[in-house]
Amino acid sequence: MSRCLVCDEGIKEALTWGSLFKRSEAKAICERCEGKLHVITGETCSICSREMDGNYSTGDHCLDCSRWERNKEWAGYLSRNISLFHYNEYLKDIIAKYKYRGDYALVGIFVPFLKDRLKDMEFDLVTVIPLSDERLRERGFNQAQALADLLGLLTVDVLTRIHTEKQSKKSRRERMALPQVFQVTQSDLLQHKSILIIDDIYTTGTTLRHAAKALMTAGAKGVSSITLAR
Amino acid sequence: MKKEGYSLEQMIISPPFSSELQNHLSGRHLLAFEIPFSQELIAEHLKNGYVSETYGVQSENGRFNCVRCGNRDPALFYTFPCRICNRDCTYCRSCIMMGRVSECAKLYRWTGPCLQFAIPDKLMSWDGTLSAGQQTASHCVVDAVSGESEFLVWAVCGAGKTEVLFAAIEAALLAGKRICLATPRTDVVLELSPRLKKAFPSIDVSSLYGGSADRHGFSPLTVSTTHQLFRFIEAFDVIIVDEVDAFPYTADDSLHYAVNKSKKFSAATIYLTATPSKRMQRLYRNGKLEAVTIPARYHRQPIPVPEMKWCGNWQKQFLKKKIPPVINRWVSERLQQNIPFLLFFPSIQVMEQVIPLFQMLSPKLNFVHSQHPDRKERVMALRNGEVPGLLTTTILERGVTIERLEVAVIGAEHDVFTDSALVQIAGRVGRSKIHPTGTITFFHYGKSKAMVETINHIRMMNEAASKRGLLDE
Repeated sequence: MSRCLVCDEGIKEALTWGSLFKRSEAKAICERCEGKLHVITGETCSICSREMDGNYSTGDHCLDCSRWERNKEWAGYLSRNISLFHYNEYLKDIIAKYKYRGDYALVGIFVPFLKDRLKDMEFDLVTVIPLSDERLRERGFNQAQALADLLGLLTVDVLTRIHTEKQSKKSRRERMALPQVFQVTQSDLLQHKSILIIDDIYTTGTTLRHAAKALMTAGAKGVSSITLAR
Repeated sequence: MKKEGYSLEQMIISPPFSSELQNHLSGRHLLAFEIPFSQELIAEHLKNGYVSETYGVQSENGRFNCVRCGNRDPALFYTFPCRICNRDCTYCRSCIMMGRVSECAKLYRWTGPCLQFAIPDKLMSWDGTLSAGQQTASHCVVDAVSGESEFLVWAVCGAGKTEVLFAAIEAALLAGKRICLATPRTDVVLELSPRLKKAFPSIDVSSLYGGSADRHGFSPLTVSTTHQLFRFIEAFDVIIVDEVDAFPYTADDSLHYAVNKSKKFSAATIYLTATPSKRMQRLYRNGKLEAVTIPARYHRQPIPVPEMKWCGNWQKQFLKKKIPPVINRWVSERLQQNIPFLLFFPSIQVMEQVIPLFQMLSPKLNFVHSQHPDRKERVMALRNGEVPGLLTTTILERGVTIERLEVAVIGAEHDVFTDSALVQIAGRVGRSKIHPTGTITFFHYGKSKAMVETINHIRMMNEAASKRGLLDE
């Protein structure tokens, strides 16, 4: 019997005709833990996947995205972001354990969910948001790269970081006003390609928009992204 | 655990060494990020033999083991492409919350000269008196801490276990020993450390638990969760393990690993509990574990014996939104007479399902469980008489003392209510001198072995107390 990656309890899998004949993805977490993850559903912002509670949106964009799209500096770079789950306290703890404590194994929780969503997405190339060298040596792995690796996606390293300061320590306004944080390497690979970026969390969308802008400016045809949490 | 010996080269060491590093690392077993000193300084000490290092995850015949926490469960190791060592690297998932220990992460320890404390002559400011039972036990523990073996203090709930330790702690400190009082629960660390600081005002008492501030620095007396002991190695001359059987370490080998790793070879080990495990009781009966019992409470009254009451299929009745009539009557009587009470439930789910039913009896009834943020406030409200009673899971079985309290266990036959849990639950009642009696009721749908053993256990302790003249009769 496999054990849940979060609570370490055994996972009982119901034996059905379906489970016998269909090779299904092995579950990495138990039903109770999965129940605490809140999938983003219903009407969402057509750019960033935020759930729309109606009133604060313009058209089919949420307030944040309309603000980005009205800004000439940023409009049109990130075409679509898919996020799987609400960034609730429970997921916050899991992601913190994954990223900061370095529990690489937890990536297994998300792989089946990501696989499912990636089926409907179209892209030519996959890349991940890079870590600074210093951070990478400290953590031992890039949390977005680990997702791509376990999904079996081949990635290209086309982005590098110019700044090394931690994003999470900056305020929202500081993030919006930042100069470009990414640099494109191997831009010949990007020409007329649609790129998918993988990352762990969509917070303000700044990181992904910086990356999208850098990639589009370097010649990409389109940029979309997928993240675990929003 | 395999302990490495000291080579001759390491023994011929001479200063200079960094006394700050010595203070930080003595008796510790730490990862690089837990040592706030430069890599150069550590490298120099390694070269001179003052510090030694070992890889945190090691393998023997393809089986991994974690040197820090002793984990050997293959399901709790994971191999990933590591960008620190640039190869496939295995890490321990069991103690990951204390920072990742892996095949490429080293654990450091001090192997240089030992630290000595300056111990003042006048140590203890506690001047309370001990009951006869406590006094006997206290003498035994004083003897035990000067030895090198294991010793069990088997004291009933409400016997006053902590006071029994004071004389022994003083004796050990005066002998220049380093002492650790370890318990599985953070609550207990928080409750014990101010009492010890007050009893021994002139020495440093460090208290360690997940997220505590004073995690580092060498002190003669340490109060720690057993979990934090993973960060120690051969550090203590005396280790006192309180509530050995308590959640979450029942039947957990890692507790023993932590205790054994943190103490010196020559250390004395004292176990303190009201409910020793079957294994410990057996060792005691066979004369393989020395022990002293305190069968009576300090107030010299017998412990109230629980009663068993059949309540039918409680689960089914709760599902039909009905409280079994016997339970309903029990609660209503106490509401009328203003007697504070606790109702224990086997799980959070069952409890949450029945809260509305009980609140129909009194809207002021409240509930607590282990994951509840204002646990402490709600217990306080019961103590202050602001709420008439609380519904709870087993989390409150230890450490709660409320005047005139009475308790009932709903579904006492459930597996979570082990004999040790039931003894602890019963131990909440009749703790004070003014109200040494009270009702404990096990509502059940078929008696369990644990229920019967609990009642026998309490009767046996009361008899022993009576024989030794520890009760006023």
